[in-house]
Amino acid sequence: MIEYLVIKHSYWFYIILIMIGFYGMMVKNNLMKKLIGMNIFQWSIILFFISIGAKKGATIPIIETHGVLNHAVRAADYINPLPHVLMLTAIVVGVATTGIALALLIIIYQKYGTLEEDEIIEALKK
Amino acid sequence: MATVYSPLPLYAVLAPLGGAVLILVTGNKRPNLREAWTLLAALAQCTFVYAMLSPVLRGSVIEYSLVTIYRDTAFMFRVDAFGMVFALLSSFLWVIVSIYSIGYMRSLQEHAQTRYFCCFALALMGAVGVALAGNLLTLFMFYEILTISTFPLVVHKETPEAMKAGQKYLIYLMTGAVFILFSMGCVYYISGTMDFAAGGFLQGKGSPQILKVILVCFMIGFGSKAALMPFHEWLPSAMVALTPVSALLHAVAVVKAGVFCVLRVILYVFGPALLKQLNVWAALAYIVSFTVIAANIIALTQDNLKRRLAFSTISSLAMIILGACLLNADSARGAILYIPFHGFMKITLFMCSGAIFLKTGKKLVSELDGIGRQMPLTMAAFSIAAAGLVGIPPVCGFISKWYLCIGAYQSHETWFLVVFLISSLLDAAYLFPIVYSAFFKKTDSGQPQVSEAPLLIVIPLVLTALFSILFCFSPDLIFNFYNLAGRVVSSLSWGI
Amino acid sequence: MTTVHFPALIVVTPLIASFIVFAVGWFDRRYCFPLVIIALTACLIFAAGLAAVVLSSGNPLHYHLGAWPPPWGIEYVVDHLNALILLAIAVIALLSAVYSRSMAAREFPLAKLPQLYTLYLLQVTGLFGITITGDVFNLYVLVEIASFSAYAMIAMGERGAAFAAFRYMIFGTIGACAYLLGVGYLYILTGSLNMADLNQLLPALYQSKALLAGFSLLIVGIAIKMALFPVHTWLPDAYTLAPSSVSVLLAPLSTKVGAYVLIRILLSVFNAPFYTSLYPAAPVLGWIAAAGVLFAAFLAIAQSDLKRMLCYLIVCEIGYIVIGISSSNRLGLTGALLHLVNDMFMMACLFAVTGIIYAHARTRNIYELRNLHRTLPLTMAVFVIGALAVIGVPPLCGFFSKWYLVLGAIQAQQWFFVFVILMSSLLNTVLFFRIIEQVYFPPREAIPAGHAHLDTPFRLDPVPMGELIPAACLACFLILLGFFSNMLITRFISRAIPGTF
Repeated sequence: MIEYLVIKHSYWFYIILIMIGFYGMMVKNNLMKKLIGMNIFQWSIILFFISIGAKKGATIPIIETHGVLNHAVRAADYINPLPHVLMLTAIVVGVATTGIALALLIIIYQKYGTLEEDEIIEALKK
Repeated sequence: MATVYSPLPLYAVLAPLGGAVLILVTGNKRPNLREAWTLLAALAQCTFVYAMLSPVLRGSVIEYSLVTIYRDTAFMFRVDAFGMVFALLSSFLWVIVSIYSIGYMRSLQEHAQTRYFCCFALALMGAVGVALAGNLLTLFMFYEILTISTFPLVVHKETPEAMKAGQKYLIYLMTGAVFILFSMGCVYYISGTMDFAAGGFLQGKGSPQILKVILVCFMIGFGSKAALMPFHEWLPSAMVALTPVSALLHAVAVVKAGVFCVLRVILYVFGPALLKQLNVWAALAYIVSFTVIAANIIALTQDNLKRRLAFSTISSLAMIILGACLLNADSARGAILYIPFHGFMKITLFMCSGAIFLKTGKKLVSELDGIGRQMPLTMAAFSIAAAGLVGIPPVCGFISKWYLCIGAYQSHETWFLVVFLISSLLDAAYLFPIVYSAFFKKTDSGQPQVSEAPLLIVIPLVLTALFSILFCFSPDLIFNFYNLAGRVVSSLSWGI
Repeated sequence: MTTVHFPALIVVTPLIASFIVFAVGWFDRRYCFPLVIIALTACLIFAAGLAAVVLSSGNPLHYHLGAWPPPWGIEYVVDHLNALILLAIAVIALLSAVYSRSMAAREFPLAKLPQLYTLYLLQVTGLFGITITGDVFNLYVLVEIASFSAYAMIAMGERGAAFAAFRYMIFGTIGACAYLLGVGYLYILTGSLNMADLNQLLPALYQSKALLAGFSLLIVGIAIKMALFPVHTWLPDAYTLAPSSVSVLLAPLSTKVGAYVLIRILLSVFNAPFYTSLYPAAPVLGWIAAAGVLFAAFLAIAQSDLKRMLCYLIVCEIGYIVIGISSSNRLGLTGALLHLVNDMFMMACLFAVTGIIYAHARTRNIYELRNLHRTLPLTMAVFVIGALAVIGVPPLCGFFSKWYLVLGAIQAQQWFFVFVILMSSLLNTVLFFRIIEQVYFPPREAIPAGHAHLDTPFRLDPVPMGELIPAACLACFLILLGFFSNMLITRFISRAIPGTF
């Protein structure tokens, strides 16, 4: 059991982060806190993704050579760049989401004067 | 049996559709033109249907395929003798009721006449489509068109009572449609086809249990349209509609379509042989005979004339189904003949009740004392039709009742013979007093004297009453109903 | 004409057009709408071209973005399933754009129109991209593009719309992230992101628990996007409060494209044995969908707001599609795919009519729509056609998809699903005839005979032609799709279903 926790410690870390974000999104009343929870949720998934590219004893995926490469590259020496690239896209998506969310929050604040979810629902019922 | 390919069935169905569109386009501004479209469409449909009569009489079947739906199933028309009976009835009576409607609506200055005539045309498209359909899918499509197009007709008056009647109508018939859809799906699943075949096509496919379930679902589905008890409640409520609507649709087209479909299922989907094998025909026949008696008894208690006639219709329809359920040639012939003959007689009765309402505003039987002296033609027609329903010659009802009774006798279950005879007695019990009080009682002195109804109203009902008499002497007159019934019966094998 | 680059063009054109619209809108707002129409017409041509190519060759069309071969590069694949849905999206997007011209002019100040059309085109980009892509991560990106535009467009609506859009965003992000996690799991296990490649690599891994986890995450993510019960709760608020010109684009297309993604994942990435015999995913989905159909149908009856009722109807229709998928036989899948296409048109028609009614009568309350057929005869006629199609009256399109769904459920011996489909047809009948009664036959006291003068002559609807004509076109499509359903099935759908069924 202990080795299960220790060996996969990074995965536990990400799961806890995801759950914190999820908790923020679902339970918190303030819309800004929901947004922060959403951010934590998204970034922790991105962290998880990036972590899968890591390899033991590997270095950053830049090949040090001047000129033409004339021997094969040992893939085990370099961490996998593909998740990094994919996550660049996902980060951009996350940033765009945050941007839209902030714009929506500004509109909501202008209209209702508050960012508390229950107060907004009350105001809408009238 | 030769097969002829001809687009005549399609034309017969498109004629009322074209008429409906033209009526809608003409609108309220030119009522004469609008009425002309109705009559033209009715005559056109009648002509197309009649044109298909001679090939069918010679024994061929007319087929025409529209769109293929899934591999071998298509929307297709397949006109055989049985379909011709119903198609001839509906299209001819549409002409007659159109004339009656025009007179009725104009005398009463009814509202929304365009909607009325348009929906009427669409309903007739549905009815004739049902008659000419070649498989369950096409039948279902026209069945739905019939239900939906008659809804605005039922709720025409737009009073709360009419809306309730319309809701009931819709619930009963759409629930029935759901059952039919389920049965259709099962039939297609176990047999791979839905085309009608004389003697049924479900032999040997599927286990007896599933076949019984399918039969019960079909009976519930089509039975609700045929006003079989306990799904009959919508019909008396629908009498809140205008009389021409009640006359054609609920005595002739809508409920007759239901009965037609039930007979199609019994004779052309399951077939007598399979039903005898499954051993359900007796149970079915008993349940249906209960409707015959019960509806007649309830009719005795109704004071509203149209409701009384509605229950009488329920009983007659159940008699038709009973005739088919008895699974022998004579009762089937009687049942098939009763479809048109009852149609003519019932429509006369309804048209008379409409004429009486038009002139006097009376709806109840108890108020009809002495009306026979003031409206002799109307009541004479009423009496003829009433006599026919009871089964007294020389009105055509006698012929069909004769065959039904012979068939009941041959089934060796005396109960059914008793049922037919009792229903005749009960018919007399609630129809003859009306005739008696109309002719032989004096009107209340306080009531104003009325004259005969306008010509446009009297001529149709006299015409149908005359036909009822003429059919007794020559059942093949014009429409060859007797021959067609004979063809149907001989094309099916009855399996002793 | 060479159609080689059409797969890329159909996604790139609305994308670039959206930027051009935004730029042009800075200077002259009147040129935005023509640009939108040009872009969408071009997309329609591309979609038609792709469909023609796929039909004539009979094989899927593969397009490698940037000429990078898969599985290293992103691939766009057009097969029979795609082609049909691309065509449907193109047609509906074009008709919605035409519809939105006068509708948006009524709903928004002139200054906002360029922004609306920019987002509109971005949404269409996302929709086309989701349909055409063959790479699971690219799918995530495009899903998010479509979602962002949806969030922003919905927020432009009426009172409470911004809040509804925010809640939609929270929910939608959970869904997208779940999908992303699922994609992550697939990548960890196989190292590939290409759908066809995954199809080859995954069968060896079917027993792995990680694959099951990834699969479940994928399904949950797609279910949220697709508004499958019980994660549909974002839909009623979001689509009801959205502006009419927006909901006529979003409502028919967004959720159905989500259903397409589900079908793509189940058919092209995973093979049938995985989710039918190995893990009971198909029955579970079916039961959830059946519960959703009944739940949504009952809730729809409880609504008095016409648009909200239609939103619950969307949930109901998605339930049908998933029931068809869960039957896992050829008939059920045919029904599901046919229903997907049919429902796009049915919902577009009904939402278009609702927009016209709201703009004209200023109310969406069913009980305030009395006698609307006097002022809006054609619009209500279109509504009746749409209603009959949803109920499933032949020869309209809705009947044929329900027929196949029922047959598929019978073949799978799932009698409860048959009951659910038929029962919901009845509930839909009650639903729509309630409205038809209120509109055409409002209750009043008995009319004594002699009120013929109450009839009003027929007058054409006083609504802009730009709104009426798309609605009428959509109604015609409902009739045509019904008559040509066999052609759709034999040419497109039956070839889209893998031969193993």
